[in-house]
Amino acid sequence: MTQKTIAGVNLEVSDEGYLADSSQWTEEIAKEIAKEEGIELTDKHFEVINFIRSNADSGLTIRKVGKSGIVDIKGFYELFPGGPLKISTKVAGVSKPSSCI
Amino acid sequence: MSEKKDTQVKKVAIICAKGTIEDVYAALVMANGAVMEGMEAKLFFTFFGLDAITKKQMNKLHTATVGNPAMRMPGGLPFPSLLGVIPGVEAGVSAMMRSQMDKLDIPPVDEFLDMITAGGGEIYACKLAVDMFKLKKENLSNHVIDIITIGDFYSMAGGEGSQIIFT
Repeated sequence: MTQKTIAGVNLEVSDEGYLADSSQWTEEIAKEIAKEEGIELTDKHFEVINFIRSNADSGLTIRKVGKSGIVDIKGFYELFPGGPLKISTKVAGVSKPSSCI
Repeated sequence: MSEKKDTQVKKVAIICAKGTIEDVYAALVMANGAVMEGMEAKLFFTFFGLDAITKKQMNKLHTATVGNPAMRMPGGLPFPSLLGVIPGVEAGVSAMMRSQMDKLDIPPVDEFLDMITAGGGEIYACKLAVDMFKLKKENLSNHVIDIITIGDFYSMAGGEGSQIIFT
């Protein structure tokens, strides 16, 4: 765990940059983490992020996001290129999913 | 003193030559895992592995109940080989395995291929095996980009940080 200032807030994050305390998350923090990943967040991104935040405890998989009705799997890859599940969870301020699928 | 330098894996070329549930899923999980991590993935199906991309067979793969020492009864007791030869046992065991996988959110083969190709993964069929099993392009799943030779596959498997995996 390390300390990091994101969007003016001093936060505890994992070595890979995942927030230690999901309740500290704000949309401003999301925007800044996304920027570091080279992503400019749109409303669609936030729809996905809200789905991830409300389903974070149920074992997230790419398949579940694809069945959310918000975005299909291809769209999910387009929103968060280079690793949709690991990047979107980081932006959403939840812990890194341990899923292989 | 030499400094240790790790080259990250950037691309995987996976060859699947067997058609049992476990062999096919090993290949699918590795390919999907690669695209999930932002890597390039190419899958080459050959010999009995072709079942995984043959429309008629792909969602009905079996596991071997005979000659499979890792096979156990529910509860962990050894699975008698003689039981495995009884008609319907292999189908029943395979169906059970598929339903167990469904509970873990592991998709059926066709949906798994959807996921891999949605992430940019590419699926190929081996020309030699397709000819041998007298299959045609229309017998194969729509996920298959092309029927190619192993030489063609090698030619797209190169580059820094690329690995060839055989299951």
